[in-house]
Amino acid sequence: MKARYWVCLFIIGCLAPFLIYPVFVMQLLCFALFACSFNLLLGYTGLLSFGHAAFFGSAAYLAGYLMTVAGLTPELAILAGTVCAGLLGYLFGTLAIKRQGIYFAMITLALAQIVYFIALKADFTGGEDGLQDIPRGKLFGLINLETTYRIGHKSLELNLYFFIFILFCLAFWLIHRTIHSPFGQVLKGIRENEQRAVSLGYRVERFKLLAFVISASLTGTAGAMKALVLQLASLTDVSWHTSGEVILMTLLGGLGTVLGPSVGAITVVTLQEKLSAAGSWVTVIIGAIFVVCVLAFRRGFVGELGRLLKKSL
Amino acid sequence: MPDHILETRNLTKEFKGFTAVNDLNLQVERGSIHALIGPNGAGKTTVFNLLTKFLQPSRGTIQYNGIDITREKPADIALRGVIRSFQISAVFPGLTPRENIRLALQRRTGGSFRFWRSERTLLALHDQADQLLAAVGLTAYADTVTGEMAYGRKRALEIATTLALEPELMLLDEPTQGMGAEDVAQITELIRQAAADRTILMVEHNLNVVSTLAQRITVLQRGTLLAEGSYDEVSRNPQVLEAYMGSTHA
Ligand SMILES: Nc1ncnc2c1ncn2[C@@H]1O[C@H](COP(=O)(O)OP(=O)(O)O)[C@@H](O)[C@H]1O
Ligand SMILES: [Mg+2]
Repeated sequence: MKARYWVCLFIIGCLAPFLIYPVFVMQLLCFALFACSFNLLLGYTGLLSFGHAAFFGSAAYLAGYLMTVAGLTPELAILAGTVCAGLLGYLFGTLAIKRQGIYFAMITLALAQIVYFIALKADFTGGEDGLQDIPRGKLFGLINLETTYRIGHKSLELNLYFFIFILFCLAFWLIHRTIHSPFGQVLKGIRENEQRAVSLGYRVERFKLLAFVISASLTGTAGAMKALVLQLASLTDVSWHTSGEVILMTLLGGLGTVLGPSVGAITVVTLQEKLSAAGSWVTVIIGAIFVVCVLAFRRGFVGELGRLLKKSL
Repeated sequence: MPDHILETRNLTKEFKGFTAVNDLNLQVERGSIHALIGPNGAGKTTVFNLLTKFLQPSRGTIQYNGIDITREKPADIALRGVIRSFQISAVFPGLTPRENIRLALQRRTGGSFRFWRSERTLLALHDQADQLLAAVGLTAYADTVTGEMAYGRKRALEIATTLALEPELMLLDEPTQGMGAEDVAQITELIRQAAADRTILMVEHNLNVVSTLAQRITVLQRGTLLAEGSYDEVSRNPQVLEAYMGSTHA
């Protein structure tokens, strides 16, 4: 994509909190980052993880816990969540990467269920209640993220918003860079023809493992960001529903496209929000939309659009 | 004493009771072009898969440069300088031919884990990639989509990609299969050039190609070594004649 499109998107991101409820925009950014990290694995490496909620949720819990109990500043809490998810990713990856296809997905699911079980039983996670009212604290001990600014008749959490937005941009850039790096080239090769990559002398398991760890780490960043934004870390964050949801977001938006996962995440989170009155029917409605979309746009929204415009988006 | 780059002892591969390769003792002399021939299903591709560790042998050992490599992994074998091509053309279909070759060249730069670097750092490899493309007559296709190229060109690209790694031993599985006469001539010439400073072990059905290129020929039948020698020796062997009369590849 050309630089001017990126500039447009950046400006939209800067204006968004003045137009839409900022916490909602931040929530979108957290899930968009989650889906982008997931896409790095499924879309660009061809690995289907069915356990990504474990990274998202455990980072949310850890960041929430550190901010609540240890009084850590938000940037350190997010860093801790990222590292923790990365280590967990290394563990999952080491155990799962030798398996192919559905077996890989099943092992990641099983491991994620263990994490779910721990979250359910452990003390520091708050069990069924989760961690609530997580304080947002001061960024670097200086900038109060609770501060709101009155603009018109609205009060906006702009400090928090721009912190989250910049973090999102940095993480998004890192994913983009990874895809377009020498490492990303090898991932592409592995996805295109794994046997050939092996026969050229690439130890593909190591490449997959690194991709897995990067994806898990950034998923952790997203989870910790979410804990900060919604001031909540709960069992939903580590549940298999969430693992499924991120697959749905990625496929809906467009697997292996740069913008697709974000578009998918925005669609799904917005629908959940708009349809929340429908109660448990939300799942059914989103499921139905998903089925229709998959039948109508097999490449996802962005994938189909890219095909029409003959561009890679 | 002949210098063997590759040597197998009692190499055997059984698939659920069916013996695809049986007690094979194969010796490949350094610097030669060695052909492995035999009717369909004789076990030639299986031998390649064993040599490159895509399959684990049931029994027997493989020595490369005097080192036992029987227990190594496929990527390790490649790092030792043994690069193979596949019977079913192995290219990266979604990449351009230049990127295909670049991916091979990139492996030797050692910077392949650098996810924080721009892929522009790979531009330095383009000159070398373009030379290889030129050598196989693909200059005009450098930036097309590999998957959409004609079959013969994919095979040529595959050989160029293999050569990009400057293998010490190159294993080619039916490089001219499914090609028209012109392409066959081009690939034959290419293999001859490639053999100038390396060893080549090739599976080949086209006996014309075998007779022009190979110094030594091993004939396999039902997984067992049937005959070995120069083209003249092998082609006069009554057992070989019989095996070949009975198959479609006379
Ligand atoms: N993975 C496998 N599982 C079971 N049988 C196999 C496998 N690979 C090859 N074979 C069998 O081994 C025999 C030799 O096959 P192959 O090595 O491909 O022959 P060639 O390359 O000489 O035509 C064939 O009968 C084939 O069916
Ligand atoms: Mg074969």
